[in-house]
Amino acid sequence: MPEMTTGQAIKEALSLCLDSDETTFIAGEDIGVYGGAFGVTDGLLEKYGQERIKDTPISEDVIAGLAVGAAITGSKPIVEMQFSDFIVNAMDPIVNQAAKLHFMYGGAVNVPMIVRGASGGGTGAAAQHSQSLESWFCHVPGLKVVTPSNPQNAYDLLLASFIDPNPIIFMEHKLIYKLKSEVNLGSLPTDSSNLGKSKVVKEGSDITIVSYSNMINTVLNAVNDDSLNNYSIEVIDLLTLSPLDVETIINSVEKTNKLLVCQEAPASSSVGTTLVSEVASSRAFNYLSQPPKLLAGLHSPMPSAKHLETTVIPQEENIIQYVKEIMNNE
Amino acid sequence: MNQESKLELYRMMLLIRLFEEALEEMFSRGLLHGTMHLSIGQEATATGACLALQKEDLITSTHRGHGHCLAKGADPYKMFAELLGREDGYCRGRGGSMHIADLSNGNLGANGIVAGSLTISVGAALSLKMQKTDNIVLCFFGDGAVNEGSFHEALNLASLWELPVLFVCENNQYGMSMASENAVAGGSIAQRAESYGIESISIDGNDVEEVFSTVTNFKQNIKTSGKPMFIESVTYRYRGHSKSDRNLYRTSDEINFWKEEKDPLKRFIGKLTEEKTELDELKKIEVEVKELIRDSVKKALQSPESPKTNLEEDSYA
Repeated sequence: MPEMTTGQAIKEALSLCLDSDETTFIAGEDIGVYGGAFGVTDGLLEKYGQERIKDTPISEDVIAGLAVGAAITGSKPIVEMQFSDFIVNAMDPIVNQAAKLHFMYGGAVNVPMIVRGASGGGTGAAAQHSQSLESWFCHVPGLKVVTPSNPQNAYDLLLASFIDPNPIIFMEHKLIYKLKSEVNLGSLPTDSSNLGKSKVVKEGSDITIVSYSNMINTVLNAVNDDSLNNYSIEVIDLLTLSPLDVETIINSVEKTNKLLVCQEAPASSSVGTTLVSEVASSRAFNYLSQPPKLLAGLHSPMPSAKHLETTVIPQEENIIQYVKEIMNNE
Repeated sequence: MNQESKLELYRMMLLIRLFEEALEEMFSRGLLHGTMHLSIGQEATATGACLALQKEDLITSTHRGHGHCLAKGADPYKMFAELLGREDGYCRGRGGSMHIADLSNGNLGANGIVAGSLTISVGAALSLKMQKTDNIVLCFFGDGAVNEGSFHEALNLASLWELPVLFVCENNQYGMSMASENAVAGGSIAQRAESYGIESISIDGNDVEEVFSTVTNFKQNIKTSGKPMFIESVTYRYRGHSKSDRNLYRTSDEINFWKEEKDPLKRFIGKLTEEKTELDELKKIEVEVKELIRDSVKKALQSPESPKTNLEEDSYA
């Protein structure tokens, strides 16, 4: 299997989408000659031409709206929000149009489109280029929200998103772009059943840690810390945030009796709070030996300075501390 | 235009007028849930524009979209059924007045968001261009939409990418209560399109033949040049913005002037009779349309309500 970065794996998936369906096009800001702000689409313009790799003006509203219009008329658009923060300029086409047309029109139309966006902090890009806004879209019926965390699952999930007949918000954390691993470049799946399934990425029996996007990588590093050697830790990567695979989490908590959810986004009205409430109100409640915990980003805009940024985003040491506190309560 | 086509324009304007008057009556009888936006007085624009298109041409519509929908070929029965929340409705009761789509006739749907359909029309036109068809997208929107950002983003991109969109601004002179003259800086809606390199014209939107011929010509130009075009169709709505409107922002003199002097149906009937159309012929059409409305309402009222099951699943394909 070839070794590649997440950015390259996403490009491989995009190429496969373009190769497999001539109605597919990609549109976004600086995705052509520039190759995308993070290099993801580098080389696609040369390969597919400007009819299918479409540089747009800086106009997020029409980028998303054009995807909606194209999707309901037989095309398969994949559009890019250069930084996912800019998606706020495209909320109407995504929230009021893409998410609702299938329902509002009584099922008469599907809206098969993907909106990719570079999300998350850790790059010093400050408050308007570092947000994790994925929870906003989980609140909207009709959208699916996908958050890959490494090269392989980014490749697989993008292909599944492409096969899915619904509008997909595909949030790519900036810090996963350069992660490198071997990738099995499989063919297009026959269905999108890959979406909506979380994955147990490390099995354990003492505590369940659930996370998603780049935070899962921070979690995996933290649980390898020597100070946690005595604990058998189960780690689950959500991968899809909407629909949310609660069942896998409940099953895990029934086994471990303890739950820690970690996310970069602030806690209020987020995926993490939803997950904690889902578990606490499920049959797993009777199995919990400790209150479930959520370790989230601070309720603060992302600061620019590195020492402040790492204060806002949960770090390995915070995760280690939370695990110890939960385990020491036993 | 031959006599048959003219009578078709008349028939369609009358159908729209009587359809919406029937809705008003149903509303007053408490049969309809929710509000609605009536286009009574604006029938010439919807009729002239849509009848100049082919079935394969696409339209996007607005919250005031009953006329567009009917003129693009929709079945009044299925529209009444939709407004009544019936399973036979175009959207199975999920959309209602503001969200009727009729894909089989090229109607990509009405839209509850002002300017919501402008960017969608651009995407649909991109599909048509990629599919190498000769068809166009006709995008309806109101004067209120031209002050939304998406109007400008949509016109800019349609012009840059040379997409086959005919933008049709139905300037009924009020965005809810806000007079267009107090809302549009620079004064001219049509000129805004010119600044994006899009050829535009302002026409009498209550003259159905003028609308028809302008759209016919513009569609031909779009097919030849591949570039978008723009029509400002000046018209007037007699009823309030929605059912809650008390008409505090305009005078009854103003409304009556449009009703008496500028009414699209009255004017067209006058023209047809001047041109020696027999009144009997118009009467015959009126009887047929009234019968169609009456039968459609009756059938819709007797049709089953949409079942409540599976609403959560209905959000996803």
